[in-house]
Amino acid sequence: MKFPLDKMKATSILLFLLFLSNLSGLLAQDFPPQPNPPRLVNDFIQTLSAAEVAQLENKLVAYNDSTSTQIAIVIMKSVGQYDISDYAFQLGEKWGIGGSKDNGVLILAAMEDRDVFIATGYGMEGAVPDALAKRIVQNLIIPNFKKGEFYQGFDQATDMIIKLASGEYTAEEVQSDGNSGGALIMLFVFIFFFVILPLLRNKNDNNNHMGGKGGGVDLWTTIMLANMLKGGGGKYGDFSSGRGSFGGGGGGGFGGFGGGSFGGGGAGGSW
Amino acid sequence: MKKLLIPILVLGVIGIFIYSKAVGSYNSFVQAEETINGQWAEVETQYQRRADLIPNLVNTVKGYADFEQETLTGVIEARAKATSMTIDPTNLNESNIAQFQQAQDQLSGALSRLLVTVERYPDLKANQNFLELQAQLEGTENRIAVARRNFNESVVAYNKEIRIFPNNIFAGWYGFEAKGTFKASEGAENAPSVQF
Repeated sequence: MKFPLDKMKATSILLFLLFLSNLSGLLAQDFPPQPNPPRLVNDFIQTLSAAEVAQLENKLVAYNDSTSTQIAIVIMKSVGQYDISDYAFQLGEKWGIGGSKDNGVLILAAMEDRDVFIATGYGMEGAVPDALAKRIVQNLIIPNFKKGEFYQGFDQATDMIIKLASGEYTAEEVQSDGNSGGALIMLFVFIFFFVILPLLRNKNDNNNHMGGKGGGVDLWTTIMLANMLKGGGGKYGDFSSGRGSFGGGGGGGFGGFGGGSFGGGGAGGSW
Repeated sequence: MKKLLIPILVLGVIGIFIYSKAVGSYNSFVQAEETINGQWAEVETQYQRRADLIPNLVNTVKGYADFEQETLTGVIEARAKATSMTIDPTNLNESNIAQFQQAQDQLSGALSRLLVTVERYPDLKANQNFLELQAQLEGTENRIAVARRNFNESVVAYNKEIRIFPNNIFAGWYGFEAKGTFKASEGAENAPSVQF
């Protein structure tokens, strides 16, 4: 009696896992991968001319460089069974639009559905509250889109968002919390556990048998070694962060999305 | 003496292994549960935010004397029902969540009926105050959707974790039980596909 039950359980778990993996496969297919090289203006169906895309991209990249706020535009055919709002939040979350302060905005237009949505990241909900996002959609985007002037719609909407958000975030604020600090702390912990702690133990051991002198010398050597190691680590961190900023400067393009998160802010409409 | 030493050692190693495994699983269950509790709080916050917006909406709409009283009382009653419905976060099982969702869905239904009725009042539709409230209400609905999806994702991961072997044994010892999820709204079948 017990055996079939266990078997059933096992199959059901297997089926459940299979279902899950299927589900995630399906979900992944519904969303385009992050653009490579990274771009802020992603026109999947050539609604805008190349010159218009470049103009918008330049404006948004410049804004991102000076304030770290990322405003992305995605133009696609249809969001299918999704609500456009739901699709916009998930796409923004998957791409990670916005920096560590979640200061990202996604303007998503589904041309065949004739739907448009401005999704604001957690950090932008204060600068662009839902009611204002709604007004941008109603007063700036939809009238232009109705006339078929898509570039004007995007241009005016991004201008307005930039105006609303100006002064909310600066690039330095975000850059200051790099990850070299975390690496240093890790190094200290590593040294403490694997070098200093065993050594202190050894010292006690030595005391028991022959007196503490030998242990003491060892401790000093270790601290010196640790200092040297630490210096090396610091240099390495400097080097890697230097390389990062060089890459950004040399390319002149958009540096990539920063893992921003979306909680459901924003508003949309149909034209 | 030597004969006994080896079995004792083996038993000791097995004991330590099981103990560390049990502690590790327990801690990861607790972490997963705390994540879920946090996300549940977010779900409740967003529903509460919606409930808080409704009195303003009702007052704005009431100003239009000939507005259908039936629709308004429907919203007020559904709101009272939905706000009285709270769940103890330590008991987020399937039936509790279903009840909670049913009460909230009733309010959603009443609200959408109200918004449809408003279409017949051009003055009200042009009222700036009303438009603002409508945008806030839509934003809240979006936040509810996001909070619910995050909650569901964590619960699915947690349920999976406590059901797989050998975690199911430890979960049984400590009394961790599977939690319920929000069910998707109907009409998601035979949907068109995404194109980009």
